[in-house]
Amino acid sequence: MFYREAGQFKTSYEADQAIFPILQDKWGLAALAAFAFVVIPLTANDFVLNSIMIPMMVFTLATIGLNVLLGYAGQLSLGTGAFMGVGAYACYKLTTFFPDTNIILLVLASGIFSAGVGIIFGLPSLRIKGLYLAVTTLAAQFFLEWAFIRIPWLYNYNDSGAIEVPQRLAFGIIATGPSATPLTRYMIVLCITVFITWLVSNLIRGRIGRSWMMIRDMDIAAELMGIKPLQAKLSAFAVSSYIAGVSGAMMVFFWLGAAEVESFDINHSFLILFMCILGGLGSLIGSYMGAAFIWVLPILIRAAPAALGITVTAASVEHINFMIVGALIIFFLIAEPAGLARLWQIGKQKLRVWPFPY
Amino acid sequence: MKLKSLLSGIALAAVAAAPVSVMPTTGALAADEIYVPLLTYRTGPYAGSGTPIANGMRDYLTMLNERDGGIGGVKINIEECETGYNAQKGVECYEATKGKSPVMYNPYSTGITLQLIPKAAVDKIPILSMGYGLSAAAKGDAFPWIFNMPTTYWGQASAVIKYIGNEVGGMDKLKGKTVGFIYLDVGYGREPIPVFEQLSEKFGYTLKKYPVPGKEMQNQSSQWLNVRRDRPDYMIMWGWGAMNPTAIKEAAKTRFPMEKFIGVWWSGGDDDARPAGPAAKGYKSVNFHATGTDFPALQDILKHVVKTGKSQVSDESKVGENLYNRGVINSVMIAEAIANAQKITGKKVVTGEDVRKGLESMNLSADRLKAIGLDGFTNPIQVTCKNHSGGHPVYIQEWDGKNWKRASDDITPMADVVGPLLDKAAAEYTTKNAPWPKRTEACAS
Repeated sequence: MFYREAGQFKTSYEADQAIFPILQDKWGLAALAAFAFVVIPLTANDFVLNSIMIPMMVFTLATIGLNVLLGYAGQLSLGTGAFMGVGAYACYKLTTFFPDTNIILLVLASGIFSAGVGIIFGLPSLRIKGLYLAVTTLAAQFFLEWAFIRIPWLYNYNDSGAIEVPQRLAFGIIATGPSATPLTRYMIVLCITVFITWLVSNLIRGRIGRSWMMIRDMDIAAELMGIKPLQAKLSAFAVSSYIAGVSGAMMVFFWLGAAEVESFDINHSFLILFMCILGGLGSLIGSYMGAAFIWVLPILIRAAPAALGITVTAASVEHINFMIVGALIIFFLIAEPAGLARLWQIGKQKLRVWPFPY
Repeated sequence: MKLKSLLSGIALAAVAAAPVSVMPTTGALAADEIYVPLLTYRTGPYAGSGTPIANGMRDYLTMLNERDGGIGGVKINIEECETGYNAQKGVECYEATKGKSPVMYNPYSTGITLQLIPKAAVDKIPILSMGYGLSAAAKGDAFPWIFNMPTTYWGQASAVIKYIGNEVGGMDKLKGKTVGFIYLDVGYGREPIPVFEQLSEKFGYTLKKYPVPGKEMQNQSSQWLNVRRDRPDYMIMWGWGAMNPTAIKEAAKTRFPMEKFIGVWWSGGDDDARPAGPAAKGYKSVNFHATGTDFPALQDILKHVVKTGKSQVSDESKVGENLYNRGVINSVMIAEAIANAQKITGKKVVTGEDVRKGLESMNLSADRLKAIGLDGFTNPIQVTCKNHSGGHPVYIQEWDGKNWKRASDDITPMADVVGPLLDKAAAEYTTKNAPWPKRTEACAS
């Protein structure tokens, strides 16, 4: 009744092939964008921006990065955390060398370094597949973590071994460091995430994205049809690592403000992997949903007892948190193995025929 | 299918409604309270060290609330936020509690402290990193908002070397000796290395380093194999959480002479030494306060908090353990700073800015300690505008199989070595993090 496309006629191929062919979707997207770009900046307080929105955007971007590799090209990677680290450390070194350059440019450039590293660690994917590939990306994770500790040049020989973000400008506004307002940082993170989402959505619908999906679905058939596995797989690793690198740089520069190696450890890789799987493999909107679900739910659970006026000790809340989130992940994976994105699709389908389902 | 989509719809709606529902929970607070958030950890691999400290901190402040009705007649609103010793979660806790006008933060993690240091001056909330954190923060000129009394890690490291020198019969005898340093390979564990290196040049001992990665801290067999090969004369440990009992057990297994194994004061938990059984006898750690419950203030904690069931300690015997008392002394400093701030400003409900002044003029003299029921609990601690650490003396304690026993006189850190290093580090920090805000806060008194 509310969600019906009757009467919406497509008069050109372009209109028919649009990403959002239905009018309601376009409005929905516009409303979401208005919410993210206008309502949240006007209403949200520092806590919502700093602890919910900024990390959510950072994790969304990382999830999109992994989704390119895992969801679209079918290559399992457990090294996302480390690739994010490469981006963060690269950005830190870049801004040490070029302190006056616009920090947003440096964040975007730092992804190039992690893309390079990603290509190197993607080379084994030409010979091995599936779980075996996951093990080699695990090697990337451990090697890079080791490098972040053992190469003091990377953190400018700080005694603490941490990278600490100095104050940097973007377009004349303080964008990083403690004096940067959460709103500035949120807007930067939001813009970069939305921009890269748009790029990736176009990439996926084009030649390169289709070659990834062919490799994913059946690599031998794809090869017979003229897709070069070398190019397809390595380009997937490069794009994925680039996005992960940018998100890692954003994480440190616009969210945490300082980071040690632990911020990029294997748990971090798993976190992104869970977001990716729970959100839905091969879905961009799923990346947003997965990141929101896994990041926001624990914060809500933590805030719930206080909001309800119940006193629970901080440690018990944390234990309850682990149990609820764990149980929900299992529930969702049983209810819909294809993730939240698929649930969303089913919901839309039901809405179309509601109230007269057939 | 219907139920499934309904449930998932609810979940999605909950996610979408997230920013709205969280907003009202922050900010609401009674005006006649002093809000003290405690960043603690009772979960995860560091809980073994974190729990007694969290209990000590909480119980002392609760005792003040119960016995005196707070500080200066104002109730203290204590809220714990679980960090799991994770810097990311710590920052999240900071952001979540910042809006309720806290008077100070106690991050209880060097990693979290490092992330909060730049924020402190901007948000005007002081940070008390008692005996941990960034050593250079002792320089009040550069870090007006950060406090790390009674002694920095560097001061403590120099005191340990002084103790070893004393044991071998004079600092000149250190020449040719080998000192092993086993440490948790994070910012915390790496912090004292510059001092050990500088002192090894000065006194001619060889420094051997054994880093223990955080993930593998419960499996240190390879590090201790190296220790067995290198045969150091003394071992020093900078460990935390599950690393401590593991190291002590491994040391016992490799038959390293326990009396030559000295831990930082964070490696001195009762539960660190106890698991190794009688083999741990003789293990040493640095300390700056007493253990046990033989003090009126601790008796008050037992009477007003533990016996009335307001404490979270699992057993009454945990009160008075080393790390529990560490938490108590930390809360004593919190309470003193608040009381000082009330005295200076004449206000009852003080702000972070007032408490910064209170911290900076803190003087825990012997008389004052007696007055708060902690006579002889620690050496007098004084903070000045210039020196936020003080370089106060420490002592070495020894595990006798059941309890910690004092094993040395007071050892004063080597100010001549540590001072210049601190100056250099503070200057480096401020240039690296340029533009670092210049100190504008006037010195109290």
